[in-house]
Amino acid sequence: MQEISTGTTADNLPEKVPFFHDPAKRSILFQLCVMLILVLLGYYLIANTIANLEKQAIATGLGFLEKESSFEIGESLISYSAADTYARALIVGVLNTLIVSFIGIVLTIILGTFIGVARLSSNWLLSRLAAIYIEVFQNIPVLLQLFFWYAFFYELLPSPRQAMSPVTGIFLSNRGMVFAVPQSHPAYKYMAVAFLSGCVLAYLLRRWARKRHEATGKPFPVFRVCLGILIGLPVITWYLTGAPTAMDVPVLVGFNFKGGVNISPEFTALLLGLVFYTAAFVAEVVRAGIQSVSHGQTEAAMSMGLKSGQILNLVILPQALRVIVPPLTSQMLNLTKNSSLAVAIGYPDFVSVAGTAINQTGQAIEGIAMMMVVYLFFSLSTSAFMNWYNKKVALVER
Amino acid sequence: MEKTINNIHTEELKPPVTSVGVIGWIKGNLFNGWLNSVITIVTLYFLWKIVPPFIRWAFIDSLWVSTGAQCHEAGGACWSIIPANIRFILFGFFPYESQWRPLVAMILLVGLLFYSQNRNHWKKPLAYAWIIGLFIMGLLMKGGLFGLAPVESSQWGGLPLTLLLSVFGLTAAYPLGVVLALGRQSRLPAIKTVCIVYIELIRGVPLITLLFMSSVVFPLFLPEGVTINVILRAQVAIIMFTAAYIAEVVRGGLQGMNKGQYEAAESIGLNYYQTMRLIILPQALKIVIPPTVSILISAFKDTSLVVIIALYDLLKTTQSVLSNPEWMGFSIEAYIFIAILYFLGCFSMSNYSRKLERELAT
Repeated sequence: MQEISTGTTADNLPEKVPFFHDPAKRSILFQLCVMLILVLLGYYLIANTIANLEKQAIATGLGFLEKESSFEIGESLISYSAADTYARALIVGVLNTLIVSFIGIVLTIILGTFIGVARLSSNWLLSRLAAIYIEVFQNIPVLLQLFFWYAFFYELLPSPRQAMSPVTGIFLSNRGMVFAVPQSHPAYKYMAVAFLSGCVLAYLLRRWARKRHEATGKPFPVFRVCLGILIGLPVITWYLTGAPTAMDVPVLVGFNFKGGVNISPEFTALLLGLVFYTAAFVAEVVRAGIQSVSHGQTEAAMSMGLKSGQILNLVILPQALRVIVPPLTSQMLNLTKNSSLAVAIGYPDFVSVAGTAINQTGQAIEGIAMMMVVYLFFSLSTSAFMNWYNKKVALVER
Repeated sequence: MEKTINNIHTEELKPPVTSVGVIGWIKGNLFNGWLNSVITIVTLYFLWKIVPPFIRWAFIDSLWVSTGAQCHEAGGACWSIIPANIRFILFGFFPYESQWRPLVAMILLVGLLFYSQNRNHWKKPLAYAWIIGLFIMGLLMKGGLFGLAPVESSQWGGLPLTLLLSVFGLTAAYPLGVVLALGRQSRLPAIKTVCIVYIELIRGVPLITLLFMSSVVFPLFLPEGVTINVILRAQVAIIMFTAAYIAEVVRGGLQGMNKGQYEAAESIGLNYYQTMRLIILPQALKIVIPPTVSILISAFKDTSLVVIIALYDLLKTTQSVLSNPEWMGFSIEAYIFIAILYFLGCFSMSNYSRKLERELAT
């Protein structure tokens, strides 16, 4: 009885707690202080910047985008000349970044998967070689690797006149790689259409087969039929439209090749450097993913009588991919960000074009802000995709 | 009776010669199954195509001590570019007669790092040794006292600059990253937002944009007449960049902690600071050693990016040697040398992390 009463009196006592001992108030005070410091710092920097810009007579704003760029860009996917605007030059840069990243990502996944699987191979020689590859390429700065490949192209490869031709129709020289392509013909357009419709057809077929499988239990050889559709349709179209075989073969004219498709040494060096570097990391990711699926899973699937293809498709891959995809995406993002090193070897990617624009206009703040926004857009959209994917493949726990 | 027969049989039956020894090993590891046999043969063929010509180029036809002109005549590798220019590659524009100073500073740094490897030495004297060591290194680089001629930091270059950027970058980024990770996990919304925005912003952009920012935009932020050394600006950019990545790794460790640990700490009356310092961080930082080291390794490699803002680090000094007409055309040899240096640094770091992981395993 007494205890209870003392308790209540203690609670009722109007004892003042100083505000710095009250966690709620203290946290608000602390946050206010931090915000105040940040705002003051920001104000100070902005005020300085405005004063400096006025003193150096540097224009502000994005008005320069409309002006004539008056610089040439070595390679571009869309038509571009020095008379075009800065905006168009920057778009050329973004497209160049995208194309090198896209091709790089595709090649990296192929090479990385191959090396990752080779690392786990029971073949001692192959697995040792894969291990050496991973250690060496991971531990050398990617910039150094880019310089290395660039020097390789410029110093070791001969001039176009003595170009090496490892395979008929491909010529390697210090002006880059030139290779033969089929001469343009309307048939190729129809083939592309046929391929796209084949994709749609394959998708629908797969859905139908899965539904029927779930309803009736009857299997359908989806993979083989889809492969047939995807390859067969374009081939039939090619045959029906007259089977064109003419090739646009590069020919040496004067000091350089004419015809065919020319890939510049800058592009090739950038691509090789990025692919070889990132593939080493992807190989480790793939290896970890495969090892994460315990051997018991394979044995259980075998004991249920699944065939080896089914084991891979239905048991191992779904589990391994859950481990592989998140780090794989971040490696892809790294590759895209590392493609900005193109500026060091003279490939006109976005950073390089924006850098030229900064040098010409002096508007460094806008230029660098644009660089950051573009890369932020890439990474935020990738992480949005990742969140979606993670939700989709997340383990459903009961 | 039966037993003896069995014994006799087991003694007589030796394992077939194809399943033991070298032959057995080759059979088991290289030629088990037709697929592996094909792979082995194809791999050996490629090695045969690549390795002997490389050895011929690198060791047999190569020149090790000669002039550039002799190299241009010879067919093989020209390693002479390294000994002939080693002092410029390693020390850049540091005054020639004082180059012993950065050399001593580097030896001191490597020695300290080597001594700190052993966890038994992690005591107070080591901290003092580091403070004194750093002071001596700074003195050796900068000069101006005790009769050492002063050297402007714009003349610093080569390997000392690379080591400076990495060692200070890593040591400063680590605590900053931990603070950012704690901020991101904080219950205070304003702090949390600031940390999230910072981390995501930095992680979303390439380091090179930050370096551009430090070299081009940052001077605009400062009041007139105030300038900050370009090396220091690059250093700050590297620290800011690395800290964001370390923050994400540490956050992984914090999230991996059992909630019971927080509750236990609270129930024995520890405040936030004590909980973090005594309970949470020691465990969380330990489980993230492997990813932290891979961040540190990539930060070490990324210091090479300062080439792009024209700081004379190891890579840039090499490139300026290569632009000398006498040595033009031997980039491959020079880059291989630099690659070996970087490889040694990264490889020893990852080995050390494996060792540390084993030692700290509980």
